[in-house]
Amino acid sequence: MTPAILLPLPLILPFATAVLAFLFRRNREGRWISVTGAALMLLAGIALLARVLAEGPIAAQMGDWPAPFGITLVADTLSAVMVVITGITALAVAVYAAADITAEMEEQGYHALFQVLIAGVCGAFLTGDLFNLYVWFEVMLISSFGLLVMGGKRIQLDAGIKYVTLNLISTILFLSGIGLLYGVTGTLNLADLHFAVQDADPGLVTVIAAMFLVGFGVKAAVFPLFFWLPAAYHAPSFSVSAVFAGLLTKVGVYALMRMFTLVFTQDVAFTHGLLLWIAVLTMITGVLGAAAQSDFRRILSFHIVSQIGYMVLGLALLTPLALMGAVFYLVHHIIVKANLFLVSGVANRIAGGTDIERIGGLYKGAPLLSLLFLIPAFSLAGFPPLSGFWAKYVLVKASLDLQLWWVAAAALAVGLMTIYSMTKIWGRAFWAPHPTGALPRLSSLPLGDRMALLLPIAAMATLTVVIGLFPEPFVQVATRAADELLDPTAYIAAVLGDRS
Amino acid sequence: METLVALMVGALVAAAVYLMLARNVLRFLFGLILISNAANLLIFASGGLTPESPPLIEYGAAAPPEGVANALPQALVLTAIVIGFGLFAFALVLVYRGYQNLGTLDSDEMRLAEPEERA
Repeated sequence: MTPAILLPLPLILPFATAVLAFLFRRNREGRWISVTGAALMLLAGIALLARVLAEGPIAAQMGDWPAPFGITLVADTLSAVMVVITGITALAVAVYAAADITAEMEEQGYHALFQVLIAGVCGAFLTGDLFNLYVWFEVMLISSFGLLVMGGKRIQLDAGIKYVTLNLISTILFLSGIGLLYGVTGTLNLADLHFAVQDADPGLVTVIAAMFLVGFGVKAAVFPLFFWLPAAYHAPSFSVSAVFAGLLTKVGVYALMRMFTLVFTQDVAFTHGLLLWIAVLTMITGVLGAAAQSDFRRILSFHIVSQIGYMVLGLALLTPLALMGAVFYLVHHIIVKANLFLVSGVANRIAGGTDIERIGGLYKGAPLLSLLFLIPAFSLAGFPPLSGFWAKYVLVKASLDLQLWWVAAAALAVGLMTIYSMTKIWGRAFWAPHPTGALPRLSSLPLGDRMALLLPIAAMATLTVVIGLFPEPFVQVATRAADELLDPTAYIAAVLGDRS
Repeated sequence: METLVALMVGALVAAAVYLMLARNVLRFLFGLILISNAANLLIFASGGLTPESPPLIEYGAAAPPEGVANALPQALVLTAIVIGFGLFAFALVLVYRGYQNLGTLDSDEMRLAEPEERA
């Protein structure tokens, strides 16, 4: 397949699935359209990754207008890896949704919105110009708004208002940044910008870089811009919060990684110094927030914040090892975090709530679920030999290589605190008996629901263990992604052709 | 001309920030509408406000002749206006539904999703 087919495929498939799923929304079997669409998208992503690993970055000009004038789709190793991991998450959540989403929500078009969200996420990963990045962000945002308030419970409306307003502010900042950058450089193609900013006034470019930092920072939920996240992610249905937790903030991190390695490298001492402070404060505030919560999903939401800090840390250090750690962390985190939210959904179904003070007995009644919780929870906290251990190890090593002792110490301390809040969930929800004396059992669910809920959780837990036990190939791919980020020559050559 | 538009963008942003500092969610939304229009004007102005001829390409030619206005900022602004309009329509309906169900427009009283910490 030529790049002109391979690159748009991960966007076309979810959009086509969305149209089909919308047409069949009143049909109970419409959900299998969503599952099939997600599976096909995953296959397209794998084909793309295989091609990129074999040939290096590939690009396609939509409508045959040459770059930098036309719309460019481009995939380097990082983009392709992100598309594959999006496919994995989408497939897992689509299967899970078969048992989690009510018929009423399906009739309102849940599956169609979900597929549009996936298309938006893939678009943001694959686009090669800044204005299209904005458009894909909007596609992603508007469908996430719909998913967040779908069902119309009072808590969802409250969470929705906060989520919508704060995300709109960040979008407008991002858009203003695009306008100013266009005014200064006269181009919006990312590869072209790499050269254009070097001729521009460095002071102006740094100001614009700060605007992008704030705009993407809100989306990525970094300190001090993360307050919308723990206010919103615990309100929607469990499938929705799992896909939000896995993918949405990570698009912000991806955008930061792309912009601050490809475009804004003219004043590294300022921008990446700022990123370093942001990263450390994000890690610490997130984990302290988690320690104060007593709702299953709110604890996990605050953990997202602290984990984002680790990824931004990798970007801020800007060494090959640190960037490799950030990419590895990104992939590991999406799998683990989405999985933990899925587990919280099962706990809610069988124990009757997510407030850990009011449920219990999950270990006694559902030992299998407890095991499936422990794997991602230990991985998140960084126990060897699970995937999180390698991710944290690399980042701590990278900070020590730069003699940043305090950063490494903070990263380790935050890891310890993560274990503390995970044991809180374990101790109350799983170990202690249920306050009403009831015994939550998986067998209380119908067999079909049990399969749909547990299969994705078990598959993602297995993936975590596999990454942990055989990290070598994953590290190699991450190293390659990091090398391409630090030396974007191949990326630029793929986009601009001979002009570079 | 650019200076005038720049001053207007500044005035719009100032008014928007003033409105967005209010606790009333509806005022906040009005502020958001203002600031989004300011952003659109900003893109428009940063593309250069040139009183040149329209960017029409002669039949058979690949590029317009010298001295035409830049059409790209207009395309960008148009896209941004359409997207912004859609988002505000959604946000307005959301706030209305929120007002119906929560019975308040005061953001300080919306504590369902973020309950006060139990001491």
